[in-house]
Amino acid sequence: MKKASIIMFVGSICLLGLFAFPLWNIMLGAPQYPDPLGMNIHITGIQGVSEFDLQNIDGLNHYIGMKTIPKADEMWEFNVFPSVIIGMVILGVLISILGFFGKVDYRYFLGWFVLMSILGVMGMYDFNLWLTDYGSNLDPHAIIRVINDDGTPMTYKPPLLGYKKLLNFDVSSMPSAGAWFMFVGMMLTVVAFFVGWKSKKSL
Amino acid sequence: MKKYFFYLAAALGPILLLSGCGDQNGKASSNGALASNNAEKVYVAPGEHDEFYAFMSGGYSGNVTVYGLPSGRMFKEIPVFSQFPTNGYGYSEETKPMLETSFGFIPADDSHHPDISQTNGELDGRWLFINGNNTPRIARIDLKTFETAEIIEVPNSAGNHSSSYITENSEYVVAGTRFSVPIPQRDMPIKDYKGNFKGALSFISVEPETGRMDIKFQLIMPGFNYDLSHPGRGKSHGWFFFTTYNTEEANSLLEVNASQNDKDFIAAVNWKKIEEYVNNGGGTMVPANYTHNVYSDETHSATSTMKKEVLTVDPTKVPGAIFFMPTPKSPHGVDVSPSGDYIIGNGKLSADLTVFSFDKMIAAIEGKKFDGEAYGLPILKFEDVLGGTVKSGGLGPLHTEFDGKGNAYTTFFISSEVVKWKLDTWEVIDRKPTFYSVGHCMIPGGNSRKPFGKYLVSLNKITKDRYLPTGPELEHSAQLYDISGDKMELIYDFPTHGEPHYAAAIPASILAPKSQKIYKLAENENPYATKNVADARVVRNGNEVHVYMAMIRSHFTPDNIEGIKVGDKVYFHITNHEQDFDVPHGFMMIGQQNSGLLIMPGQTKTSVWEPKQEGVWPFYCTDFCSALHQEMQGYVRVSPASSNLDLSWSLGE
Repeated sequence: MKKASIIMFVGSICLLGLFAFPLWNIMLGAPQYPDPLGMNIHITGIQGVSEFDLQNIDGLNHYIGMKTIPKADEMWEFNVFPSVIIGMVILGVLISILGFFGKVDYRYFLGWFVLMSILGVMGMYDFNLWLTDYGSNLDPHAIIRVINDDGTPMTYKPPLLGYKKLLNFDVSSMPSAGAWFMFVGMMLTVVAFFVGWKSKKSL
Repeated sequence: MKKYFFYLAAALGPILLLSGCGDQNGKASSNGALASNNAEKVYVAPGEHDEFYAFMSGGYSGNVTVYGLPSGRMFKEIPVFSQFPTNGYGYSEETKPMLETSFGFIPADDSHHPDISQTNGELDGRWLFINGNNTPRIARIDLKTFETAEIIEVPNSAGNHSSSYITENSEYVVAGTRFSVPIPQRDMPIKDYKGNFKGALSFISVEPETGRMDIKFQLIMPGFNYDLSHPGRGKSHGWFFFTTYNTEEANSLLEVNASQNDKDFIAAVNWKKIEEYVNNGGGTMVPANYTHNVYSDETHSATSTMKKEVLTVDPTKVPGAIFFMPTPKSPHGVDVSPSGDYIIGNGKLSADLTVFSFDKMIAAIEGKKFDGEAYGLPILKFEDVLGGTVKSGGLGPLHTEFDGKGNAYTTFFISSEVVKWKLDTWEVIDRKPTFYSVGHCMIPGGNSRKPFGKYLVSLNKITKDRYLPTGPELEHSAQLYDISGDKMELIYDFPTHGEPHYAAAIPASILAPKSQKIYKLAENENPYATKNVADARVVRNGNEVHVYMAMIRSHFTPDNIEGIKVGDKVYFHITNHEQDFDVPHGFMMIGQQNSGLLIMPGQTKTSVWEPKQEGVWPFYCTDFCSALHQEMQGYVRVSPASSNLDLSWSLGE
């Protein structure tokens, strides 16, 4: 159980990677942008991959009537997400310490993982809602209005995950280093659960 | 000659082609017309980049053009001593001061010899220097922005030809006078030239961090013509060598009268010694009148300052600093081998090259083996300093470059050829014709301690029959030789703009990564910049109207302006708000009597418009910027001079 607790400790600490690295990365390449424009989505706000990428993306998006990319203080998520992550790290560390001294058993580790998974899914759901709004809530006076074959106006929602062609842009959306830290950390808590479970069984 | 070659090639072509089929491993024919691999050597596929940047001087066009090697594609024209309507250089209020001189605004010159800054004798790619020959000036081009950053005028000088070569740590850029003149200038009979006219060799210091230039001292030399120059390097670092002609000091019909002496001189100048003399308070400060024009990347503006004095040095006051080496037949080019061992003097009326040995020169100086003096300056004995003679078999040698592999390449103007010869043994290894009448040749880094000896470019003076005729006026022709093998191979020719005299080239890998892509708007300190769109406005000051305008894809702010009157002087101060590489915007206003503007991202430029007629007049963006480029436009309403209409401006109302 001591070993499991240490793994649990490391796993929850891994979430702190989200404060150092972006959670998600969206790149927009086009023939006239051989060096793609890109945005890194951190849990604390959105940043351009290069210095002026956000300004240039906004500049291009105004033709199709998209809103400008929100600043950190324009979205409640960027206030709440860091608190949630800090909360989960503290909770995970607490559980691991209690586990280390035998105060709680390994099932708490799984409990943490389930809670984190629910929060994660909710986060992704929220992120997707934002992408949908960003890509489809367009200015009715937009300069360029493209109509789909079925007569509906084209939307410019970037993919949640993977690749999509949006007009002349090749858009790819992928988890970034912060997400991998989170993923590895969460997997470690599952490992901690199994290790704890095994040590219990072997007793 | 050309025709015979063609017939021969036509006759032999099929035979060579047939024999070529059976010999897949055989080396490609050296016959230019048939060597298909030559096309591959110069072919840079779409999307691929050239290996070298080449900077060609424009000669009478006063500019510098940038080419890629080996493709021969032209990338850019850099206006230097020239106006350039494309981007408003020399027309916009911010750049007009760059072309100020003590003679007033001079938007033309004759730009000759570009040289890239060096550190330890190797190209460092920070700056490119070039001389204005006619109204003596030296310009510094910033190789981050590829724009002219500074121009300094050279007083007491005329025909700034033995210029603008730089020492191996870019300590000095030199500006030697071709024409000797009265110093100071005065009204005197021309026939009294001899003994009264003087030649100024100016040493311009280069500030190591900023590149900022300043005339440190001028050597006031005897009244010869100082034709070309080169700094020593390696062991001869600290010396500068100048060729002279007209040591006869003739003042009329020089083609005869300045060709009487069998030998003119190469002046060897120990500039370190003179620097020391000057640093210890030597020299005489004399009144002078010359401009120093500096462009700032922060304010996007130039300032012109008039300087009032210059430090002159009488060379006879610094014993042991200057020596004359007799050189046969009116030498033109003087070139120093990469190691600094040899100084090659090319007598333009000679068939042979004269190579001086630096070691022998020092030994002769130490042994005081002089052969008389000229105006108090010692002349060394020819035989004592001669390192070797290249029996070339050509006619009219002009300039020599080096490949860094122990070989030298000399151009021959009269016999139209490039001759490759070996340093130390002086034997001719190879020779190839040029088409036609070659002036300078250039190997990337070929005048530094570390040449990149893969290509040689010959800069030819006569072009006829190389390209489709374009009326009486033709662009000049450059020819590209592959010099990577034992034998030179002519692999390409391409037209160049103006009359390129010298050129300088540098590996793209040194320059491309440092190339600036935009100007940061946040760092724009132009006093007329409109950094926030909300600050866009129109201000009247008497009959001057200042329009503070911002531009971004695809509109101007403001785009409607009213309250302008006939007789006003309207200054458009326009700031480009883009921060994206390669998205400039242009500005032209109907009836604008100077040029338009082309404004780079983050930059502010100013143009003046003086409305002559009432009406509503449009302006528009001239650089295709987006799908809605055509919509990027606006109007100015011009009312009668007596109108009381207040100024107003708007966007989207």
